[in-house]
Amino acid sequence: MINNKILKNYGGALLALSVLVVLFSILSPYFFNVDNLLTILSQVSIIAIMAFGMTYVLMLGQTDLSVGAIAALSSLVLGVMLNLKVPTLLAILIAILSGLGAGLINGILGIKLNAPGFIITVATVGIFRGLVYTITDSKPVVIEDTFILALGNSKLFNLIPYTVIVMLVLMHLAQIVLAKTRFGRNAKMMGGNKVAAEYVGINTKSIYLKVFMISGIMAAISGILLASRLYSSQPNIAQGYELDAIASAVLGGTSLSGGYGSVIGTLLGSIVMGVINNGMNLIRLPYYYQQIVKGIIILIAVYLDIKNKKSILSKGGK
Amino acid sequence: MSITLKMKNIRKQFPGVIALDGVNIELLKGSVLALLGENGAGKSTLMKILAGVCPQDEGVIEIFGKEVKIDNVNVAKTNGISIIFQELSLSDNLTIAENIYANKEPTKYGLIDDKKLNEECKNYLVSLGIEMDPKILVSNLSIAQKQLVEIAKGLVTNPKIIIMDEPTSALSNKETELLFNIINKLKNEGKSIIYISHRMEELFKIADFVTVLRDGKYINTVKISDTSVDELISMMVGRDMLEIYPKRDFNYQDNDVVLELKNLTKKDYYHNISLALKKGEILGMYGLMGSGRTEIVKGIFGILKKDSGEIFIENQKVEINSSKDAINCGIAFVTENRKEEGLVLTSSVAENISSVRIESIINKFGFLSYQKETNLANHYIKKLNIKTPNFEQIVNNLSGGNQQKVVLSKWFEIKPKILILDEPTRGIDVGAKFEIYKFINELSKSGVGIILISSELPEVLNMADKILVINDKKVITKLDADKTNQEEIMTYITNKKEVNL
Ligand SMILES: Nc1ncnc2c1ncn2[C@@H]1O[C@H](COP(=O)(O)OP(=O)(O)OP(=O)(O)O)[C@@H](O)[C@H]1O
Ligand SMILES: [Mg+2]
Repeated sequence: MINNKILKNYGGALLALSVLVVLFSILSPYFFNVDNLLTILSQVSIIAIMAFGMTYVLMLGQTDLSVGAIAALSSLVLGVMLNLKVPTLLAILIAILSGLGAGLINGILGIKLNAPGFIITVATVGIFRGLVYTITDSKPVVIEDTFILALGNSKLFNLIPYTVIVMLVLMHLAQIVLAKTRFGRNAKMMGGNKVAAEYVGINTKSIYLKVFMISGIMAAISGILLASRLYSSQPNIAQGYELDAIASAVLGGTSLSGGYGSVIGTLLGSIVMGVINNGMNLIRLPYYYQQIVKGIIILIAVYLDIKNKKSILSKGGK
Repeated sequence: MSITLKMKNIRKQFPGVIALDGVNIELLKGSVLALLGENGAGKSTLMKILAGVCPQDEGVIEIFGKEVKIDNVNVAKTNGISIIFQELSLSDNLTIAENIYANKEPTKYGLIDDKKLNEECKNYLVSLGIEMDPKILVSNLSIAQKQLVEIAKGLVTNPKIIIMDEPTSALSNKETELLFNIINKLKNEGKSIIYISHRMEELFKIADFVTVLRDGKYINTVKISDTSVDELISMMVGRDMLEIYPKRDFNYQDNDVVLELKNLTKKDYYHNISLALKKGEILGMYGLMGSGRTEIVKGIFGILKKDSGEIFIENQKVEINSSKDAINCGIAFVTENRKEEGLVLTSSVAENISSVRIESIINKFGFLSYQKETNLANHYIKKLNIKTPNFEQIVNNLSGGNQQKVVLSKWFEIKPKILILDEPTRGIDVGAKFEIYKFINELSKSGVGIILISSELPEVLNMADKILVINDKKVITKLDADKTNQEEIMTYITNKKEVNL
């Protein structure tokens, strides 16, 4: 029964994934081995974590375009803290708090100005990035902390990248909160019909705030992992990641117009994107073609979103 | 009389539901055919097929004797079919004129000619007998006004076949009269109308023939002059129904007051509202559209917050600043507008029912319990006889009446001290109404104080103990339900006679 449900909910994404895996396995001898598959997982982990937060935002019928900038901001906060000889774990915590703070700002602005998250975050992207450039004077901050570097670059038992473990833990957390808690359910109801949610006593402002904070936290964690990968925090990292995060979530079945979201689906969606990226590199498709392919994938995601919504609304049951 | 439309042997299946199973209808020129059936009988589905919104699986449609395949909305339009939806389909952000003339606006040099648009619209509305300024934004209209605009929009293309799916469920008597005048005019012009309503008395005023459906099956077609309410009901529900309103067999008179309002006022919305509601009492509120009755109860519920005045619950003064406060005070509010305020259409029956008291489905680990939610949903599905394949069905896929039952369920579940019902039986069939009335009576017997707002005077007269007549944002008088009648109430409203309370 559980398997049945997974098939029903994620059948499309799983099918797409299988087709891609078979395709690239034929096209490239390097594709289908454990090492490369784990590499793919580790490559997608950064976007996927961001996309988990985005799933919440989209489910509310909102968009957060500032996640890339928040990732850059928190990676910088991490670098600066480490340089100031702040203990590693505390530095990580502060970096995550900076993401939470940025999310909080997005949330408060959205509520106070009574404007959609989309336009608020268009504005805050500029502010957060600008802040980062100002503080770093556009120069990278080198990271030497061994723990942090291990996080992004080492593997458990020399096999499973730590980033993948972080991603899986966060996925479980995010999925449980979304599907199993009062907050997650209330957010879903609010995404489906805000007025009705208010009538049943749901505090929609608090949910809005929390959702943007979650998005900020997830983006910050991505930023930390990214900094570790790059052995430094750089002001221009994670440009455009927000769009990949949105595409991943939508490919995984989350509705762009709100009311439905799945974190597991989002992971599948980001793996699909990762497999495509990895496969295209392995078969040495030129960069520009890769861009075109990615564009087409996003169109497919949008198409799926609309079709999915239709089927939810007309055929019943999800 | 010639035959305008024939639908023969129509069949339509949705996953888990056979909505229509061999249905036939015949529509004569210049006549009104009423479709009658319980909630979920398939009436709206049949009309959606005709309008090209969802094509049938089997069966034939003939218009003026010619077979047509209606597989999309445009085919329906070119065949002169216009449907006025049960769900309102207006754009809130446009004006009345812009809505009515959507996609057929008069132009000048290729640009929309606003002046001409508004003039044309004004004349058109007058010709229908509707007095409204075409320049008003639809978002500023009440539901009843929106419904009138919806009707005007449906008729502007000069269609030959007009489908009206519960057009009066949001109208009060005055606008209903207006609609009937329009329908008579259309009949005289040789148009044909299919009319769906759960209000029996309307059918006898306006319909020529009635086709009855039950569980997706065709039952019979009768001439309205050859039948009676009782006969129609028994065809519809498949058994005789002796009474429409259940008896109340207890006395609340000696009970304590559960809710008291003193001089509740909000500028432009309601003025000096005072009332006392006892435990177990059903207090009716009757007034025309725009009289302020809904605003008053929104005031109690913290949505249209009062400027001044006091609210007492069980003799304790309370401040209600939000719906959350109201719910915490034990107030439940079944809103009149289920699509906008009552339901999350993209969520399931179970999720909607559990949404008000979500803490009741949380397990000991603090997580939502699937099992508890399932039990809760199934309890109400059985209790109110909600027609749905299962509790996971998306509410959007339920028939209108069954959606209304979901709204009732979620508010009943908070086990309120005070239950506010704003048009609770809108769109609900006679059989189900009886069940709901019985349930309301049970609640009042158990001590719940109930405020019942309804545009259907018979409903207020039969269900309520006392009736507050509301006009012009004020309470005009309070009457004993068994000592008054329709005529008396209407004179209060039309004469605006004020009485000291
Ligand atoms: N899109 C859909 N998907 C699944 N089931 C549907 C869909 N539309 C309608 N149904 C089902 O088909 C049946 C007939 O519904 P329909 O809306 O035609 O009823 P109705 O006679 O108009 O009822 P009401 O008086 O409550 O408006 C119902 O059981 C309903 O749940
Ligand atoms: Mg219907």
